[in-house]
Amino acid sequence: MGNEAIARGAIEAGVQVCAAYPGNPSSEIIGSLSQVARELGIYVEWSVNEKVALEVATAASFAGLRGLTAMKQNGLNVASDFLFNLNLSGSKGGLVVVVCDDPSALSSTNEEDSRLFAKMCDLPLLEPSTVQEAQKMTRWAFDLSEELGLPCLIRSVTRLSHARGNAELGPITKNQQNPRFDTSRPIIPQPVMETHKALHNKMKTCQDRFEQSPFNVYRGPEKPELLVVTCGPGWMYVREALLNLGAENRTGILKLATTWPLPASFLMEHLKKADRILFVEEVDPFLENNVKELCAQRAGELGVKTFLGKASSHLPNVGEINPDIVTRAIQQILDEPYEPRSLQYAREAAEAVSLLAPSRELGFCAGCPHRATYWSVKNALAMDGRDGIVLGDIGCYTLGVRPAGFSQVKTCHAMGSGVGLANGFGHLERFGLNQPVLTVCGDSTFYHAAIPALVNARYNQSNFLMLILDNSATAMTGFQPHAGTGRTAMGADASVVDIEALCKALGARVQVKNPFDVQDTTETIYKLLQDREGIKVLILKQECALVRVKRQKALYKVRVDQERCVGQECGCNRRCTRIFKCPGLAWDPVTGKAQIDEAICTGCGTCADICPQSAILKETV
Amino acid sequence: MAIEKDPWNIIITGVGGQGNVLASQILGQMLVQKGYVITIGETYGASQRGGSVMSHLRVSQRDQFSPLIPEGKCDLVVGLEPVEALRVLAQYGNPGVQMLINTRPIFPIDVIAGNTRYPELSVVLKKIQTLSRRVWTLNATEIGLELGDPIFSNIVMIGALSAIDLLPLGREDFQDTIQEYLPFHKVHLNMEAFDRGREAVQEFLL
Repeated sequence: MGNEAIARGAIEAGVQVCAAYPGNPSSEIIGSLSQVARELGIYVEWSVNEKVALEVATAASFAGLRGLTAMKQNGLNVASDFLFNLNLSGSKGGLVVVVCDDPSALSSTNEEDSRLFAKMCDLPLLEPSTVQEAQKMTRWAFDLSEELGLPCLIRSVTRLSHARGNAELGPITKNQQNPRFDTSRPIIPQPVMETHKALHNKMKTCQDRFEQSPFNVYRGPEKPELLVVTCGPGWMYVREALLNLGAENRTGILKLATTWPLPASFLMEHLKKADRILFVEEVDPFLENNVKELCAQRAGELGVKTFLGKASSHLPNVGEINPDIVTRAIQQILDEPYEPRSLQYAREAAEAVSLLAPSRELGFCAGCPHRATYWSVKNALAMDGRDGIVLGDIGCYTLGVRPAGFSQVKTCHAMGSGVGLANGFGHLERFGLNQPVLTVCGDSTFYHAAIPALVNARYNQSNFLMLILDNSATAMTGFQPHAGTGRTAMGADASVVDIEALCKALGARVQVKNPFDVQDTTETIYKLLQDREGIKVLILKQECALVRVKRQKALYKVRVDQERCVGQECGCNRRCTRIFKCPGLAWDPVTGKAQIDEAICTGCGTCADICPQSAILKETV
Repeated sequence: MAIEKDPWNIIITGVGGQGNVLASQILGQMLVQKGYVITIGETYGASQRGGSVMSHLRVSQRDQFSPLIPEGKCDLVVGLEPVEALRVLAQYGNPGVQMLINTRPIFPIDVIAGNTRYPELSVVLKKIQTLSRRVWTLNATEIGLELGDPIFSNIVMIGALSAIDLLPLGREDFQDTIQEYLPFHKVHLNMEAFDRGREAVQEFLL
């Protein structure tokens, strides 16, 4: 796996400290390092957020050790404040910052191109194309960082991080270096004019190294009709496209692995080969614009070129690319025929799918406490009748914006932004806002980014209800330990940071309830919404269903009493299947009654409490 | 064993929670042991929550390929769920594609809610047959339930795949690989799931 290859590269480089906050598609990097940490004598932690993680890894570097942090694109935004000082102060021991972008937002709330950070804060940027390169380039990044005295950025994307492939492994380096911080030499970004100048000089050295990098490769004829400049997984897509079109002898591929600073001389040598140049990369035209800038600067030597890519609309400037998108772009440019299969087959298959394959709306897992929570939120807001606003946050419960959570959630942005927005909404009553304000926040998100917003709310006397959906898991990203789980990344026991005690210490009024008790939860939310003063926190505590079923089979044996269920005659509008919509329920079209799907039901028993006929029976197992 | 074309492309498809990713890892590992060069692209994350999940496997004797298969270039679909197997054909199908399908449906939320219908299984299978070269079926979920947990269905499907002889996947290869992935006490039940899949798979004929 790409992420495992990055972890392996770090181990081969003798990394000693690794820290991260989980976020797909980056989570498996620290995840796999945590599994071998004790054996290899390295320190690995799941930090509370990405900025802290970068600071933890940087401390190792300041003390002369090698450190690594890894994050998704949003994480680099969080860590960037520190990064924009660290570039000036510089680092000591090899320090590698891996950022895994998620084009098309396959598991994200946003799409962004983190490479721009490298240009903005003047740091070396590497973009591996294959699983093997991910491992080798990570190893090299530590040497480079140490030589330059700068953190080195590695950009991966989902299709590399979550790709698997054969890789040859190198030897493991067990570093036993003793940490030492030389207090006679403070590491600070001041005096800024001098450190900024020094940074530019370091990047000049970096550029010289990049000119010689064996990871930058040209493949193709000496005089191609078209030169494709690419990086990252684009390399695999371009090769596949040329194979599809049989155009290998007409087209050259220039694969860049070191994308900032650009290896200008290396590029110039190859740009001379063709008059038409196509850029293939994901999300922003980073390479495209930077190479054009270089070409403008050196126009005298290069002459007139035709640039193709995102600006010419041959490739999309949003979303993932794939072999088909690249094939079509090159086909259009070279005017090559390409028909991957008969048009009649394609039409017939598409018709069959649209006719026979119902789409799959994302939903909460069977037995998920979030479904029960949103059920209570929906009913409490309906009882209240003032069109309450639900402000969302990041996690599985983000699905509250969709039918899975009865479409209750109305905003969802960055980690902790739900409670931040609630701060502001809570002050709008003075201007006439008469809607109650409610925000939902998961346990891991609470630790990550909600605490400063809660401090602000209490001190500045805002007014809202915060639901903390405590399922004791970082469920969305794969159950990494956090400050509430009682376990560290290295498997040690740790005393938890008590959310209830923390909220109380901040001066919020706190209650704890079980979301599976929907009647009690609904009434509690309703009552708290009537209270117009200050910060109310309701902790809804129930373990994630995926964690629970690993430990115990079911809380209840659930079945539908076929005598009591009166089906369509009931007047409940099929509350269990049509409205509550747990995938563990089914509707038998023959009998016209509800059923339990035993392959899916996890036995939480919530549906038994919502059935008006009490036809769903839960028996303790 | 030489593959009939290079790369030979497999898509494992199903619904989040069916063990799709683990199946692709085990299959990939078994093929690496046989000396093939394998590239796998996995899609998960948000798709874990009841959405469609797909893994692409490129099997080659010479090189790595893109982790995404191009349009119309799939050679084998391993469908852990029947309409998901059909869904793959819209983008990746061709008249030569072969299909191995678990016949147990997982109903989408909109079907449970009564907003849309799940088609008759026989209709889905007949349509798949007209769009492919050969089709094999079994009820892998049922076998999983008999073994105590529907999650075994992915291993049942790997057993079925080894029986239809499109790839050199023997019982010992599976045993060697599963021992790397799972603790010792889980190996026996997984071997049983594998064997049950081998026995249960049948060619689907009109």
